[in-house]
Amino acid sequence: MEINHTEFKRCDVVKVSGRVDSATAPRLAEKLNEIMDAGRFRIVLDLQDLDFISSAGLRVLIGAQKTCKRYNRGEVVLANVQPNILSALDLAGFTPFFKIFDETVSAVGNF
Amino acid sequence: MPTFVFPGKYESLAKIAELVQIATREFGLDSCAAYGVETAVDEACSNIIEHAYGGENRGEIEFSYEIAADALIITLRDQGKKFKPKKIEKPKTNIPLKNRSDHGLGLYFIHQWMDEVHYDHREGYNILTLIKHKGTMSK
Repeated sequence: MEINHTEFKRCDVVKVSGRVDSATAPRLAEKLNEIMDAGRFRIVLDLQDLDFISSAGLRVLIGAQKTCKRYNRGEVVLANVQPNILSALDLAGFTPFFKIFDETVSAVGNF
Repeated sequence: MPTFVFPGKYESLAKIAELVQIATREFGLDSCAAYGVETAVDEACSNIIEHAYGGENRGEIEFSYEIAADALIITLRDQGKKFKPKKIEKPKTNIPLKNRSDHGLGLYFIHQWMDEVHYDHREGYNILTLIKHKGTMSK
């Protein structure tokens, strides 16, 4: 798994690539916590090159969404979600909890 | 049926996934079905480490696969605590985000992505058999 974080004025874009499983999910949680601990709660997750996400990874996404949405201070949105990843999100019943954008630029524009 | 043995730690998951990809390719599954099998095996192995062994580096995971005429049969064996299958619950989607529980999701995924799931306990081993047929969608 690789994580690339870009801080913009109105939001943060986090590009996650490779595999998010029980081995790597804690590192993703750590990165998202670091952003949220800095008081930034508008996060775009760019999933263009995400090959795999297990329930451990999905738990990180839903945990971050809960934190960001608290007090209406922000939210996590998803961009470039590949079909297999979308199937996993859907099966978990998590798709209603995230806005999903076809492109990162429109996800950033959401904020 | 060759058997591959991995240390029961999360770092092994990516290596096991590579074998699953070889098996699903050999069997000729489409991308979505192959992804489902990869997920099911990943969740099962994570459960072995977390629940059967109660943590990393406490035992091994044995992985083997077999391709029959119309089925891919994957077997996982471990010597951890005996697995007691629980009722599989579909995640409740009609409740607000803050009340959503994320527990039991792994087991639910295993049952959704595979066509057959069998648990057995013999000679000190948990034996999990995961079967995928061709041309079936996830449930």
